[in-house]
Amino acid sequence: MKLNKILRNSLLVVLACLALSACATKKVSQKGQMQGDVYTGTDTVEYLASGVPDRVFFATNESVLTTASRETLRKQAAWLRKNSDITVVLEGHADERGTREYNLALGERRANAAKDYLMTYGISSDRISVLSYGKERPVDSGSNPLAWSKNRRSVTVKAN
Amino acid sequence: MENMKKLLILSFVIFLIPLKSFSLIEVDITRGNLNPLPLAVSPLSIDNNSRNNFKRILDKENIGVEISLIVENNLKTTGLFNPLNKDAFLQAPDIANLKPRFEDWNLIKAQALITGKVDYVDEKLRVEFRLWDVLAAKEMMALAFTTVPNNWRRVGHIISDKVYERLTGEKGYFDTRIIYVAEEGPKTKRIKKLAIMDQDGANNKFLTLGNELVLTPRFNPTSQMVTYLSYFRNLPRVYLLDIETGMQEVVGDFPGMTFAPRFSPDGKKIIMSFAKDGNSDIYTMDLENRIVEKITNHPSIDTSPSYSPDGKFICFNSDRSGYQQIYVMNSDGTKVKRISFGNGIYGTPVWSPRGDLIAFTKLHKGKFYIGVMRTDGSGERLLTENFYQEAPSWSPNGRVLIFYRETKTDADGKGFSAKLWSIDLTGYNERKIKTPTDGSDPSWSSLLSN
Repeated sequence: MKLNKILRNSLLVVLACLALSACATKKVSQKGQMQGDVYTGTDTVEYLASGVPDRVFFATNESVLTTASRETLRKQAAWLRKNSDITVVLEGHADERGTREYNLALGERRANAAKDYLMTYGISSDRISVLSYGKERPVDSGSNPLAWSKNRRSVTVKAN
Repeated sequence: MENMKKLLILSFVIFLIPLKSFSLIEVDITRGNLNPLPLAVSPLSIDNNSRNNFKRILDKENIGVEISLIVENNLKTTGLFNPLNKDAFLQAPDIANLKPRFEDWNLIKAQALITGKVDYVDEKLRVEFRLWDVLAAKEMMALAFTTVPNNWRRVGHIISDKVYERLTGEKGYFDTRIIYVAEEGPKTKRIKKLAIMDQDGANNKFLTLGNELVLTPRFNPTSQMVTYLSYFRNLPRVYLLDIETGMQEVVGDFPGMTFAPRFSPDGKKIIMSFAKDGNSDIYTMDLENRIVEKITNHPSIDTSPSYSPDGKFICFNSDRSGYQQIYVMNSDGTKVKRISFGNGIYGTPVWSPRGDLIAFTKLHKGKFYIGVMRTDGSGERLLTENFYQEAPSWSPNGRVLIFYRETKTDADGKGFSAKLWSIDLTGYNERKIKTPTDGSDPSWSSLLSN
């Protein structure tokens, strides 16, 4: 079961990488702030500590971590290892282009993708809780692809 | 033998003719009605004594007129009836209620006429009303009932339901309420409260203060309880609320987010999703013995469950095929079968109270649709297309869907709104429902009186 999930996820990662590399050549779109439809800008990003971004972004309907997301999460894991008394909440979000209930589940799935990755870098699950907001708390209120890409995110928030 | 046959045919013919000539008006609600039935709602007559008493108690100048306006408005919003302008009425309300002069009503092209009378009796409101077929010059229905004066709006709704039922052959949906989420504030920090109102938008009340995010309320079958999602203490959980007492409680003891709750048709269970480790499955909890059962077991997102009216099946939303689609299964979770196969993705399936259709939200090529399909997935029909709309809920007679629609926000974050809308199953008669604030996630109650 667990193995199945890992296999499935890694397969998705491979597929996503393929998709990304395919897209990258076609369109590096909208002021260089998106790759495919994943947000790559820093407008909305806050920092947990110097050089430790607080959030990762997702493609539409996806919960697969991009290369950039994994790099961000490795920085978060290193920061969490250094500050072993800190606990965090991973807040998962979706954009407004989906039904409310499905988006609640999708936000939870995204936050868990981030949580799983932090755990593989040695952060205990006791220190991480997960909270999905679905599409209820966008950071960008616009109704356009760039705004939606900023809203598809998992944000690591200090809980103590 | 040959003679016998002739006799039979003859007797049929004889039998049919008088039936036809006396047949009363009927309104066909199965098709979009482009020629709504012209009808006259005469103000309910009232004597001076009763009028003054109700004026004192209810602060309404003429309660007979007020009640008739409710009836008129209800019938008009169905799109099936065209209530005629009262200025054209020739006959006084009190006389019309005793014996209409049908030729007068015929003259203004009314095909049906509603008359009535309100009295103040023992501190109560007594109303009688009659429905007349103007062309056949016949009384179709006469009813009387008594209630407390404060119930006067419901009196108007009950009359509307009786008239609708007599003219269409199906139960009405006017003596009902809508529970929904009232919304205010900027999109990034939306404040949401549970709100309840009469079906026509009157008597709006807020049930929560807006301190925590609340979503997706649903009535139980008797419309006295509501189940919904609340972010109380930042823990998104399914709650149960007793509307009369205001008592609230968490449903079940789940170590994570529970969401998308609805009642079973007998009101004894709540069905909902529980999300854990990135996987959402559907569970039920028995409200009497608190036994929790896991209904789906799949590493995909399973949510938005809805029981068939007989409780034997559940339709739900799953992305097990890769994208959101609609599935049907037995209520114990066996025999899962995908039913949506059209282009696009499908969400929020809701089983019709008549049992024959499932309403849904569909996203295709960047547009959102409200549609219906048969319970085996055949006969898909899209009723309305827009930038964003979702979450249909059926009127108790299964003829109208209420849902919410959001408008596009411009680059400066302006232009956003969320409003409640309703549309006929036929795809006709789309209308915005007035609410004091923005609104979303509407759920229609059952008929409060029967």
